[in-house]
Amino acid sequence: MRPGKLLLIGAHRGAILVYVVFALFPLFWLLKVSVTPNDLLYSEGVRMWPSRTTFEHFNFVIAHSAFPTFFKNSLIVSGATAVVVTILASLSGYALSRFSFRAKYWIVALMLITQMFPLVMLVAPIFKMLSPLGLTNSLTGLVIVYSAFNVPFATFLMQSFFDGIPKDLEEAAMIDGATQFVAFRQIILPLTLPGIAATLGFVFTAAWSELLFALMLISGNDAATFPVGLLTFVSKFSVDFGQMMAAGVLALIPACLFFLLIQRYLVQGLTAGAVKG
Amino acid sequence: MMHQPIQKHRPPLRKRLADASEPYLYSAPALILIAAVMLVPLVVGISYAFRDIQLLNPFSGGFVGLDHFRALGQDQAFFGALRNTLWWTGASVFFQFTFGLILALLLDKPFYGRGLVQALVFLPWAVPSFLAGLNWAWLFNPVIGPLPHWFVALGLMDEPHNILSDPHLAMWGPIVANVWWGIPFFAITLLAALQAIPRDLYEAASIDGAGPVQRFLSITLPFLAPTIAITVLLRTVWISNFADLIVVMTNGGPADRTQIVASYIFTQAFRRLDFGYASAIALVLLALLLVYSMLIVLLRQTMLNKG
Repeated sequence: MRPGKLLLIGAHRGAILVYVVFALFPLFWLLKVSVTPNDLLYSEGVRMWPSRTTFEHFNFVIAHSAFPTFFKNSLIVSGATAVVVTILASLSGYALSRFSFRAKYWIVALMLITQMFPLVMLVAPIFKMLSPLGLTNSLTGLVIVYSAFNVPFATFLMQSFFDGIPKDLEEAAMIDGATQFVAFRQIILPLTLPGIAATLGFVFTAAWSELLFALMLISGNDAATFPVGLLTFVSKFSVDFGQMMAAGVLALIPACLFFLLIQRYLVQGLTAGAVKG
Repeated sequence: MMHQPIQKHRPPLRKRLADASEPYLYSAPALILIAAVMLVPLVVGISYAFRDIQLLNPFSGGFVGLDHFRALGQDQAFFGALRNTLWWTGASVFFQFTFGLILALLLDKPFYGRGLVQALVFLPWAVPSFLAGLNWAWLFNPVIGPLPHWFVALGLMDEPHNILSDPHLAMWGPIVANVWWGIPFFAITLLAALQAIPRDLYEAASIDGAGPVQRFLSITLPFLAPTIAITVLLRTVWISNFADLIVVMTNGGPADRTQIVASYIFTQAFRRLDFGYASAIALVLLALLLVYSMLIVLLRQTMLNKG
């Protein structure tokens, strides 16, 4: 191999290493502080790994704080949102993929517009509207709001997965006498399972991360989701870094799990979309 | 629904009605939800902009005409937030795009362990935004974070202090967090576009004697251009509205130096509970974004006409 080419490969691997370190370092630091005992936190300064590690912060957070409740609330809200959105988006994505109808253009335009305008401008009116219905400070209220916010993107996502399945399949079934809905449910949906999984993952992660509406709509500890709980915790006990970071590590787990499951075919799916269109 | 030019056997009316309504039945649940939770509040919010709505004041609710907008014209914090929004959006998009493109180009070459590397460098994208904000706020904190100490070691700082409380530097905190968090988005999108470029084009070009730079300029860039244009333009709108990191890291401070319009709206609604004024600012923001979108559409039209 020529030395020039070797140098090029070295530079390529070096640059990739820089990216990996930059991407992981903040998360590594989060983990490091969460296992550092309090007495070493200030004395050891910026050491890369503490001389002694401990799980006391995790113990405290899991056993003696309200975080398990926040965790449970977030799981309920994100899980319910993901299921609701995926059902609605499979239906509407199927309509956009398989039918050409008069209002289609307007439906697409409407969904694109909802992706463009600042959601923060809905904070006040949504609060005012949900409050008399008893849906503020409730997980149901959050599920409704998050579902609406995520349906447009999920619809486009599902549509792109339906587009990848040949139309002949359900046409054959319909010639055999099935209605289109039966063909959709029994033939197309099972074939779209990977797409459904991706949509579930996307929506779950989005709902898990949402902050502003959760802050506005939830005030008590009982219905607080993880972001609300963590921010309240930060403003109340702003000195106990070990515990905060232990809570942060816990908040990271579900989102990262979902991501690792779907990431491989994130690029694949997008590539397929790009090839087609 | 298929429209055949000659239909010999027209199906009965009921069947035709059912066929025509089928796509609407599929999309109705999603549309109803969007209308109820997004469109109705949007209209209600626009009406708030002309009313006095304060959550803690039971006597509020009256029509005040353009009062909020007059107050807005005198509001120095609002104009500061406008300037900060430009700065925040411009710097975030520029760095996210540049580093995202470089990462996509690096990942486009096959190498051992590419799948794992891809998973690792895309990981920040899965980190919830509030956690990304807190995480970077902690990294900038001289008590537990390494960054201020490294800045001192590099001679950038005299003594370790938190840039988030420095009025001149504070905006860099959320921008760095945003760049860290947003690089994967650009990298994923651009990588997908890169992988869609037919490989034989490159082979043909190298047979014809084109060097790597020439291949990049005359094959890669033209193929990527539409994706780049669309993602950058959409991302600009999205980032200008993205207040999470700022709310978490600085809450707009110190002295409103990191307040962007979106976080200013949230502050007015959430902390001051002044829904009327918050909605007036939101309306101005919406108008600005509409103008921006119009410009994009015009630009696209001119580009299409040329091409």
